[in-house]
Amino acid sequence: MADRGGVSRRDFFRLGLAAGPASLVAACGWDGGAALEPGLRAFGRVNDWVGENILLSGSRLAPEYSISQRTPAPLFPAYSITYNQKRAYPAPVAGWELEVDGEVRSPKRFTLEMLEGLPRVSYTVKHHCVEGWTAIGTWTGVPVSVVAELVRPLPAARYLRFDSFDSGYSNGWDLASAMHPQTILAYAYNDRPLTRERGAPLRLYSPVKLGYKLTKYLTTMSFTRERHGGYWEDQGYPWLAGV
Amino acid sequence: MASPTPVKRHHGLVRLAHWLNAILLVGMIASGLQIYAAFPHFGPRGAPYPVPNPWAGESFPEWARLGGWLAGALNWHFALAWPFVITGLVYLGFLALSGEWRSLLFRPRDVRPAVDMQLYYLRIRREHPPQGKHNALQKAAYTGIVVLGAISVLSGFAIYKPVQLSWLTALFGGYELARYWHFVTVWIFVGFTLLHVALVLLVDSASLRAIITGWYRGRFPSHG
Repeated sequence: MADRGGVSRRDFFRLGLAAGPASLVAACGWDGGAALEPGLRAFGRVNDWVGENILLSGSRLAPEYSISQRTPAPLFPAYSITYNQKRAYPAPVAGWELEVDGEVRSPKRFTLEMLEGLPRVSYTVKHHCVEGWTAIGTWTGVPVSVVAELVRPLPAARYLRFDSFDSGYSNGWDLASAMHPQTILAYAYNDRPLTRERGAPLRLYSPVKLGYKLTKYLTTMSFTRERHGGYWEDQGYPWLAGV
Repeated sequence: MASPTPVKRHHGLVRLAHWLNAILLVGMIASGLQIYAAFPHFGPRGAPYPVPNPWAGESFPEWARLGGWLAGALNWHFALAWPFVITGLVYLGFLALSGEWRSLLFRPRDVRPAVDMQLYYLRIRREHPPQGKHNALQKAAYTGIVVLGAISVLSGFAIYKPVQLSWLTALFGGYELARYWHFVTVWIFVGFTLLHVALVLLVDSASLRAIITGWYRGRFPSHG
């Protein structure tokens, strides 16, 4: 080795120093360990900030597709926390209403008929799941921004929080994504009223967020000062989840 | 045969970037393979694209995955992406400012020497073709790997923000194909690394010391 100008034992040792962490990092489906995991999650805030302040346009619209490009409904996955636990989709209470409250001048309750009477938006868009699959569907509803105008948010309102009757499922949202013209409180999927599996009677929909941000089975929409996490977000999924 | 006087070959920044990149790439790939496990197909739901993928429907062995589950892997992937991109930019910035890019960038005039070099490796040509710091095939490899790095980053952004960066996503043929090209870059990286390490050890193992210490004392001193 030596006369070929080769690698000394010391060099191999140094190489080992570099390769060590690399193989450690890759070892055995390692999750990062109890010490690193909170740090990684905290770093996610940096990506949330960049996503919200640099990589988010309040006006750029997600592309729309033709009805013929829709994913066949049985192939468009649906899930709920309640279903995962009890094999039954959650049912709304009799006399269901959406409550809109928090940092607003005039909190209001809306029946489904009231929401259906407000300006409606309908689009056929691509759904992006955090798992990596996509599906195309048509959604109809009232823009969150329209409802916001009716309750008149206070300057203190920095975030939104959506709650559901699906075993405590909830999501916190940034204001810019919520006020995006394609972010709607949806009551129809593929031109028909929402079924139980799609989040009836009312769900959040938006093509600018990953699927897990789109709260189904809505009960409350609150304007908040503080950033609320959410069901998956609190377990470690990225908070902003903007696409 | 060995050069009595060592030649300085790699600047400290280049060596740092090289080894940082090696570690970060392992982390990026391992967390990427964990992310892949959540949906081991390409194409829209119910209509997967007929793209070549020996791992369709499979997950990778546990030792090759980082993050433990989808959320953990995403957090690793999006955290390591920062130093991965920054390391690449620092490396390219150094090459541009120092003029080192001249010995690395593969240009049209390198095509002929690359053929000669290939013939030498195939033992069809006897003498080692004359070269500078790197031979023409090395230039092709080291230029190609930078292009690959750029494609991996751009396709990553294309699937990270397919609506906000829809123009970029469209360049890769849409979200589903961008995700596929992002996956393909992994296997080119792996192939490059295996060949790269094999050639270092078989042809000029002194270059391993050079990328660690900066000093080259092998049998091709003129290549310093």
